[in-house]
Amino acid sequence: MTDTALATQVEVILRDHAGGEGAALPVLHAVQHAFGHIPEAAMALIAPALGLTQAELRGLVTFYPDFRATPAGRHVLKLCRSEACQARGGQALIEAAKARLGVDWHETTPDGAVTLEPSYCLGLCACGPGAMVNGELHAKLDPERLERLLAGLLP
Amino acid sequence: MLKDQDRIFTNLYGMHDRSLAGARKRGHWDGTAGFLAQGRDWLVEQVKASGLRGRGGAGFPTGLKWSFMPKQSDGRPCYLVINADESEPGTCKDREIMRHDPHTLIEGALIAAFAMGANAAYIYIRGEYIREREALQAAIDEAYDAGLIGKNACKSGYDFDLYLHHGAGAYICGEETALLESLEGKKGMPRMKPPFPAGSGLYGCPTTVNNVESIAVVPTILRRGASWFAGIGRPNNAGTKLFAISGHVNNPCVVEEAMSIPLRELLERHCGGVRGGWGNLKAVIPGGSSVPMLNAAQCDEALMDFDWLREQRSGLGTAAVIVMDQSTDIIKAIWRLSKFYKHESCGQCTPCREGTGWMMRIMDRLVRGEAEIEEIDMLMSVTKQVEGHTICALGDAAAWPIQGLIRQFRDEIEDRIKARKTGRTGAMAAE
Repeated sequence: MTDTALATQVEVILRDHAGGEGAALPVLHAVQHAFGHIPEAAMALIAPALGLTQAELRGLVTFYPDFRATPAGRHVLKLCRSEACQARGGQALIEAAKARLGVDWHETTPDGAVTLEPSYCLGLCACGPGAMVNGELHAKLDPERLERLLAGLLP
Repeated sequence: MLKDQDRIFTNLYGMHDRSLAGARKRGHWDGTAGFLAQGRDWLVEQVKASGLRGRGGAGFPTGLKWSFMPKQSDGRPCYLVINADESEPGTCKDREIMRHDPHTLIEGALIAAFAMGANAAYIYIRGEYIREREALQAAIDEAYDAGLIGKNACKSGYDFDLYLHHGAGAYICGEETALLESLEGKKGMPRMKPPFPAGSGLYGCPTTVNNVESIAVVPTILRRGASWFAGIGRPNNAGTKLFAISGHVNNPCVVEEAMSIPLRELLERHCGGVRGGWGNLKAVIPGGSSVPMLNAAQCDEALMDFDWLREQRSGLGTAAVIVMDQSTDIIKAIWRLSKFYKHESCGQCTPCREGTGWMMRIMDRLVRGEAEIEEIDMLMSVTKQVEGHTICALGDAAAWPIQGLIRQFRDEIEDRIKARKTGRTGAMAAE
């Protein structure tokens, strides 16, 4: 994407949220939704529009785990690491995913297909172990179901 | 056991229609305008009389909290903020309300906001809850279209706006003042209290922050009467409660039950019992990851309410029951919680920022047994230096599970250290 195209899109997002109080998070969500991450060039435009310094905005982006400053893979797989899921076999699932993808936490497969992220509780405690793929939840996983899930993500 | 007709959340499992029409069929939005017509003071009195205590963890009386809001505005607007940032590991009760019975929450929000003279209400929902957000937003839109909220809500003459705000994955934003900071578009770092939110909250205006469940039960309390709600459970622990049971039970579930139900009855009646039988139980975390655990002997007696669990130096918290059987490496389980709290510490207060790291690193060695016996006491002392020395309760939440572990399973930690020293690997350490 060219810088001007990015700038136009960011301008539109900023205009949609103009005048709203506490708009920083909604704007960042919208930018991330549009670009998959929060590009450097977008940050330069957002900060003055929200009356923030670049440092404050960068602080926001790094504070909230959902925002990412660098692009992720085409798919983002989040696996739950909290107690309830661990009690239902979460660790085995994590090992299986890491082995199958050949990556560790926060890493992306070399072909750019899948980024693996840990999550502490997806709210699926009553039907764990749980995972989230591109914002979609998957519950009651076992290594076989995970394998089927991954097969759909990998080329 | 709670009778079906006494359940507030009649669509907890999504078996019925969750739309407005479906909610009305189940009795929601019935006579709402009549409640508003009774006036603010009546509403607050009813909630006080029902004995409802906050469902978010602290158990503060909800009616009393509402009464702290100014009776007369000094020119500043007032806000109701509903905490739907349900991020405590083990806790998954509010999401069932928001996904399947969202109108209980919206009706409750209208009544609560009216009762405290709020000009608007915000629901802060956590970033991970995507379907829940969609379901809730759809229900809010329906309520607006039907004139139940918005200008002249329910034809009461009261203007009420309800906004859904979307978090971004930070656990700390579930702390009420951090949530307000986040709503204002800042980093979710908790504020010093006082001033309390009722004096100076969102944008410096009087604000009350309530849990989803606390708000969602209010309409039914008014319809059934405060004495009905107060009559369930032990005195001072009134009402029905959503329990989220996970871990080593045959059938993990979220279920609405009477407060003060014995833990054993809760697990055996609704969850098919502990995996491998009651005798296979090792420990239970009764209220979400931040409360100290109960050992098997305590579980025999345990009553699931605020006061009983507090007397046992644990807590009801969010009533997220994490069950662990004999196969659990309990030290590792608590290590993982330590890691979670280290990850989620916002970094504002030194005791928490540094202490969570220290606690995790000592726990890390305890898991492997590569430690000295004295270090158990050192770890205890670190937890005591974190507990109560931070702006918000995350420091306490990080310290308590470890204190619970040391109190209940000190033998096991010592055994592992000794086994490591003598070169014998115990059954647990081999795992």
